[in-house]
Amino acid sequence: MSDQILLEMDRISKEYYGNRVLKDVSLRVRPGEIHGLVGENGAGKSTLMNVLFGMPVIHSTGGYEGEVRFGGQKVWFRNPREAIEAGIGMVHQEFMLIPGFSVAENIKLNREPLRETALSRVLGSQLKALDWAEMRKDARRALDVVGLGIDEMLPIAGLPIGFMQFIEVAREVDKLGVRLLVFDEPTALLTEVEADQLLQALKRIAISGIGVIFISHRLEEVLGICDNVTVLRDGEVVACMPGRDATIGHVAELMVGRKVERPVLPPRPKEPSDDDIVLEVRELHVDMPGEEVKGVSLDVRRGEILGIGGLAGQGKTGIGNGMMGLFPATGSVRKDDATIRLDVAGEAYKRGIAFLSEDRKGIGLILERPVEYNVTVVAMLVKGTFQRSLAGGIRIRDKRAALSHTRGAIADLDIRCMGPGQVVRRLSGGNQQKVCIARALALDPEVLLVSEPTRGIDVGAKEKVLDLLVNLNREKGVTIVLTSSELSELRKVCDRVAIIYGGKLVDILSPEDSNARFGLAMAGKKVEDTA
Amino acid sequence: MSAAETRTPAAVRERILKAVDAFGLPRLTVVLFLVFLFVLGGIKGVPIDDLASNSLGRFGMNAVMVLSMVPAVQCGIGPNFGLPLGLLAGVIGMVTSMELRLTGFAGLAFALGLGTLLGALVGIAYGHLLNRVRGQEMMVGTYAGFAAVSGMCVFWLLMPFRNPQLLWPLGGTGLRVTISLGDYFGNILDNLWVFRIGMVKVPTGLILLVLAVAAGYKLFEMTRVGTAMDLAGQNEQFARAAGIDVARMRVTGTAVSTAMGAFGIVLYAQTYGFVQLYLAPLMMAFPAVAAILIGGASPRNASIANALVGTLLFQSLLVTTVPVTQSVVRGDISEVVRLIVSNGMVLYALTRGRGGGGNG
Repeated sequence: MSDQILLEMDRISKEYYGNRVLKDVSLRVRPGEIHGLVGENGAGKSTLMNVLFGMPVIHSTGGYEGEVRFGGQKVWFRNPREAIEAGIGMVHQEFMLIPGFSVAENIKLNREPLRETALSRVLGSQLKALDWAEMRKDARRALDVVGLGIDEMLPIAGLPIGFMQFIEVAREVDKLGVRLLVFDEPTALLTEVEADQLLQALKRIAISGIGVIFISHRLEEVLGICDNVTVLRDGEVVACMPGRDATIGHVAELMVGRKVERPVLPPRPKEPSDDDIVLEVRELHVDMPGEEVKGVSLDVRRGEILGIGGLAGQGKTGIGNGMMGLFPATGSVRKDDATIRLDVAGEAYKRGIAFLSEDRKGIGLILERPVEYNVTVVAMLVKGTFQRSLAGGIRIRDKRAALSHTRGAIADLDIRCMGPGQVVRRLSGGNQQKVCIARALALDPEVLLVSEPTRGIDVGAKEKVLDLLVNLNREKGVTIVLTSSELSELRKVCDRVAIIYGGKLVDILSPEDSNARFGLAMAGKKVEDTA
Repeated sequence: MSAAETRTPAAVRERILKAVDAFGLPRLTVVLFLVFLFVLGGIKGVPIDDLASNSLGRFGMNAVMVLSMVPAVQCGIGPNFGLPLGLLAGVIGMVTSMELRLTGFAGLAFALGLGTLLGALVGIAYGHLLNRVRGQEMMVGTYAGFAAVSGMCVFWLLMPFRNPQLLWPLGGTGLRVTISLGDYFGNILDNLWVFRIGMVKVPTGLILLVLAVAAGYKLFEMTRVGTAMDLAGQNEQFARAAGIDVARMRVTGTAVSTAMGAFGIVLYAQTYGFVQLYLAPLMMAFPAVAAILIGGASPRNASIANALVGTLLFQSLLVTTVPVTQSVVRGDISEVVRLIVSNGMVLYALTRGRGGGGNG
């Protein structure tokens, strides 16, 4: 590590539509330094990197404030291409590899060494041939740096996922003039051994004088190899410290940080307890892409609000979706001694479990249809309500009943719309969410699975949605399983919070537990006894 | 909002724009073009009442075939380009009815009944086929239709029908290309309770039957099955979450659509006066698709109103374009105009990907 500064991001601020996502964030990376960047989802890590790379999303939303200096010079990249030309590389979470090409071809993609041929001499440089000897040599060198001992002529297709990540890294390393490499969650898809190898490769890369920015949720990795660690929270730098001084507990606490004000919630006549279990989940595995669940067992107490938290991609969202039969799932889910079949979608509805999907626009609503239709259609299909009989025993949809029910729901839930006939697309996010809740309530559920109910709606509406859930729980006795990426909202309304990491249940915490304990659980560490 | 406010020019403009948006710009254009054609025709001495009679007649002839697109779109397979499958079923119904020498309403009822039944059966098989080619329904449907029409050409030649009115008059085997319905049930619906407004002939029986089919379908839409089918087409994930068997709903919709296609061709032949065999059904899906799209449907959204309005506009356009252009331009360009109009509309509507404002 030298004393010069390679990258300096100085007091960067960024606003998206009036929403401040970065506030005076500063970051310094020296050549040969591994700099860890950690923070919760939405803390601003990606935005900061987008600023660094001059991503179009930054420029199209009004640019940023502050200054970026790279190699001692002030830079302002108009697009990622300029950043790459200046010597900044990025290793993505998703692989950008061509399966049919060999390892060497993928490493040298678009930068292939060429040689003259008879045709190219006559017809121009477009017809130059690949210089295979040179390509293999370069690829070999890059593979050696990352420590991958495979034949550079193997095709990509069929290689293990872990290898692909290494090849991605090798490609960046091979680029001439790379001085700074950004790794965004490079170990997310790797096994432990592979992750370890990658970290070793990272160290070798840094020793060669390249600066590294390492973004990861796995705190132990970050602390293991980083020279310095910057912690972001809510778009601000809350700490920047040398890696050797940091402990997982301390960093986790800094990440979660904010003091949670837990409002006093109304008491219940009978507090939920383990004596009265409404849902029993055993060894649930769900094959939901990006949110895989790998064996979760949980008991949901009748009448409680159970929170399910965890970082994105760790599998918390898969639980509800798997229980509803929306993704292939195995394991057992029992409600009041009746087993719910996971291979039949809609089974859960019939057993009194309703679901609010996180994908509100995709599967939560029929956007082109009126409020009334959205609120009542599932109840009609699942329970046969909102129907009337015609002569001859034909049963048809009873629009009048649907309208009057919907008017009631609009009043109860305070849905701001022009009436039951308004098309749902025209409503705001918060009101759309209320329509979803109204739909679930039309089923008269005993258990309500709610996934990310406050995502994509504005702050005021968030509070209202949460209040609504609490009211349902307290007044109607509906058991609620609330899945959310926002730990603070879980801690605000839940009786217990289950934290999922790596597709497994880490711990069930009380909302009053310490920040550090929550932070550690989010990083997959269970604290055996509260210190 | 007070009354004074609503009369400001800006407010009036706003309201007009809203009304236009609700009706849909494409439909407004077609209506204006139609009015223009009628006026031009009037100036050029084309008999307007003839045009109006023809428009109404052709509306009745085609409406059920266009209505058959509604269940297809609603269940999620998009406009049923495999319509010829249903048409063939209807044709079999008609020739069988004639082979049995059933005449009048009995003949018509038998043809409708057998045709619809066969159409439903074929539709079930066709629905299963479409479930295997998700996302390519329009293309596969078109070629399934083409293949079936060609296959049936062989069938028409080999069928052991004996009624000489169905067979080639000069010997040989097989059915004729065009069979007159004159002695059986040609025009019987058109002439049922027919009346005239001025010189405009209203084929009451036919129109009433079309409306009855539309009303019947409307009722089906409101049943649990109809609702589930529509939901499956609207949003598959949502439907699946509600426990609907999406694949089965698609088969149901396809079967209903194909059966309605069979029903539709019988009405068509009844007005036309002839049953057309062999290659006649080959291209008949296109005008039906064009009509419903013009009526404001999109490949993902369609209603009965779209079908009826679309049929009226599209058929009136076809009926009036030809004589009016001929009165202006010398020479016979009728077929060319017809093709440009109908295929142009299909192309336009499909590339737009959405209908009018009503169902965006």
